[in-house]
Amino acid sequence: MLINYALAILFLPLLSFIILILAGKRLPRQGDWVAIGSVLITLVLSLAMFGSMLLSHDPGFSHEASIDWMDLGAFRIEMGFLIDNITIVMLLVVALISTMTHVFSIKYMEGDIRYSRYYAYLGLFTFSMNGIVLANNLFSLYICWELVGVSSYLLIGHWFEKDSAADASKKAFLTNRVGDIGLFIGVMLIFTALGTFNYGEIFQGVAQGDIAGTLLTLAGIGLFIGAIGKSAQFPLHIWLPDAMEGPTPVSALMHAATMVAAGVFLSVRLFPIFTPEALLFIAYVGGFTAIFAATIAITQNDIKKVLAYSTISQLGYMILAVGTGAYIAGFFHLVTHAMFKACLFYGSGSVIHAMHHALHKKHDHDIDPQDMRNMGGFKSKMPVTYWTMVVAALAISGVPLFSGFLSKDAILAGTLAFGTHHPQHFLLPIFGFGAALITAFYMFRLIFMTFHNEPKLPELYDDIHESPKEMTFPLVLLSTLSIFIFYTLPYFNPLSDHGWFMELVKAKDSMVPGNPSAYEIAEETHHSHTATIILSVLVAALGIFLSWSVYLKKRISADAWAEKLTPYYNLSLNKYFFDENYDKYLYQPLLRLAERISFIDWDLYDKYFINGFGHVTKWLSFLTGRTDYDGLDQTIVDGIGRSMSKAGSSLKEVQTGRLQNYMLFALFGVVIIVIFQSF
Amino acid sequence: MDSLQTYLFISAILFSLGLYGVITRRNGIAVLMGVELILNSANINFIAFARFGGMNLSGQVFALFVIIMAAAEAAVALAIIINIFNNLQTVNIDEAQQLKL
Repeated sequence: MLINYALAILFLPLLSFIILILAGKRLPRQGDWVAIGSVLITLVLSLAMFGSMLLSHDPGFSHEASIDWMDLGAFRIEMGFLIDNITIVMLLVVALISTMTHVFSIKYMEGDIRYSRYYAYLGLFTFSMNGIVLANNLFSLYICWELVGVSSYLLIGHWFEKDSAADASKKAFLTNRVGDIGLFIGVMLIFTALGTFNYGEIFQGVAQGDIAGTLLTLAGIGLFIGAIGKSAQFPLHIWLPDAMEGPTPVSALMHAATMVAAGVFLSVRLFPIFTPEALLFIAYVGGFTAIFAATIAITQNDIKKVLAYSTISQLGYMILAVGTGAYIAGFFHLVTHAMFKACLFYGSGSVIHAMHHALHKKHDHDIDPQDMRNMGGFKSKMPVTYWTMVVAALAISGVPLFSGFLSKDAILAGTLAFGTHHPQHFLLPIFGFGAALITAFYMFRLIFMTFHNEPKLPELYDDIHESPKEMTFPLVLLSTLSIFIFYTLPYFNPLSDHGWFMELVKAKDSMVPGNPSAYEIAEETHHSHTATIILSVLVAALGIFLSWSVYLKKRISADAWAEKLTPYYNLSLNKYFFDENYDKYLYQPLLRLAERISFIDWDLYDKYFINGFGHVTKWLSFLTGRTDYDGLDQTIVDGIGRSMSKAGSSLKEVQTGRLQNYMLFALFGVVIIVIFQSF
Repeated sequence: MDSLQTYLFISAILFSLGLYGVITRRNGIAVLMGVELILNSANINFIAFARFGGMNLSGQVFALFVIIMAAAEAAVALAIIINIFNNLQTVNIDEAQQLKL
């Protein structure tokens, strides 16, 4: 039954994609009901699976089914499902956010020229994301991983008439390719060592020591590089802010909640095979990304860019959790983050939608509808958007009573425990708490700049209106799901993450000999829990207070501080010049190298070697042609024909048609026979 | 003189004359006459072998059959030649080349 549900969840969105891409424009309402219907069914099925998981209450539940896809003797490839509690929770998250995106897009994308294609691509994305979640082996995962990249490319480039959107889609795709190469290397290292793609068999092989030491570390880092690309970790984070060129609901679905979480999901799935060295690498990448992206988010003025860098930073948190061993906390944060970050993106979509309509009415196409410096005072005009975004911002800042507090706290506790256990890695908890402080600051900067203060453009203010119900419904639902109670049931302690989630989704022991067991990690985390609660509440409160005094009360002037810290301010505003430096030190030298190589290839190799071969061949074939035609053809082939024809034309004289001649010949014959007889 | 060789010799001369006539004559009737000579040389052979070979009368009987057959052949062939003459106003067999008129 479970497998049938999983099959339906996987293939319904694909079906909707096929229908819409083939016949979308001819269907009534351009076929959006096909996409919404299919995704609603997957939501219902995911809820059913989730319900049965809650009822059976079995932390060790795991169900696997697979079919042989290819059997070439020694090389066997399976396609299969692995359904355990992580899968079920993740399926529900994907189905929920995907459904919300479909609903939100009805109004947001209304009147778009490629309305049906947009829904078709959403179906393709949902299919491939579910494929990643359900896969029980690295091979199917890799296929779906690439499919997710393709649908991301298609959706970022939805408005491909804009150069910036077309460039952003290319950038996203190519940057992901860099990570995918790492993933491919990791998969192949594991396959050559163990001869299998199946997760369970890989874990077994690692436990038996069939792959160990440096090779296993390299394989783990390779797999993690795939996660770096997909989850936009430093140094491959550059594509995610540009991906905001896509429609905002897409940003919410793919570039905040689900697709970018695929890298974290992969790290969570494969946690048991990471060696201590690989885990340390993962922790530092995640921790550094968390604080690094947060410092960029402070100075951004584009509302979606702030959220994009915030997403990178939060993904860094999850990765940090995986690296420090508290990977279930990372997965927990993935789930809670999906809710409140999608909510924030829908909120920003709602604001942009309102700005866009107001600007449209004024026939003003020069003002950027996404720039927060053009907003302000929307609180009374868009109350639903305001309050839902405040809830989500409180959640992401890690304020108690909200879901973000629970998951962030779990991560920070794990990091702090890791830091106290390994004092030489004191930087990791500093990264974690520092990022938490900055996150609280910039999230409330966003809220204050957008919704409080005086309106910056008073002439637009009267035309700003709350968005329609199709858009506010997802906001309300997701902000409700950002409240702690949905994750701690059946308990009601807002300060402890103890609840169904932690009871059902249990950490697995690492398969690598020497790594601490899940129990040890949990014990250590438990010891640092109280300290973490105090610290994290303090930093969150400090961040919000700072933001409040700078942007709402104006006690501290942001401009004056920016003046004082000009070099740092410019660094942050320009995203540490990553794009520029990549361009200068990576793309341009590569382009020059490519030019050199193409010079060697075209102008030297092609011209002299390949074309030289051409000349020699031409000359040779001329020779053989002459031999063939003049020699063979004329003398033997045609010659035989010609001599036959000559013989025939002389012999035909014999056939006179005169009976007496024939008789004479017969007589000659008889005479010859008689002569021969007589000898 | 009364020996087999004499008869065979005469028969051979007769055959050769007949063959020569058949091959060289243009006149259809002359050709028929050559054929008659060939047939009769064969008759002489039959009778000579019957007489000197110590056989019974089968040689003579064969000769009679040949004479009868020659008569029938002459009748048919002459009828053909008359028809040729009626149509072509000649009995030169080289002229009779067409399969139909």
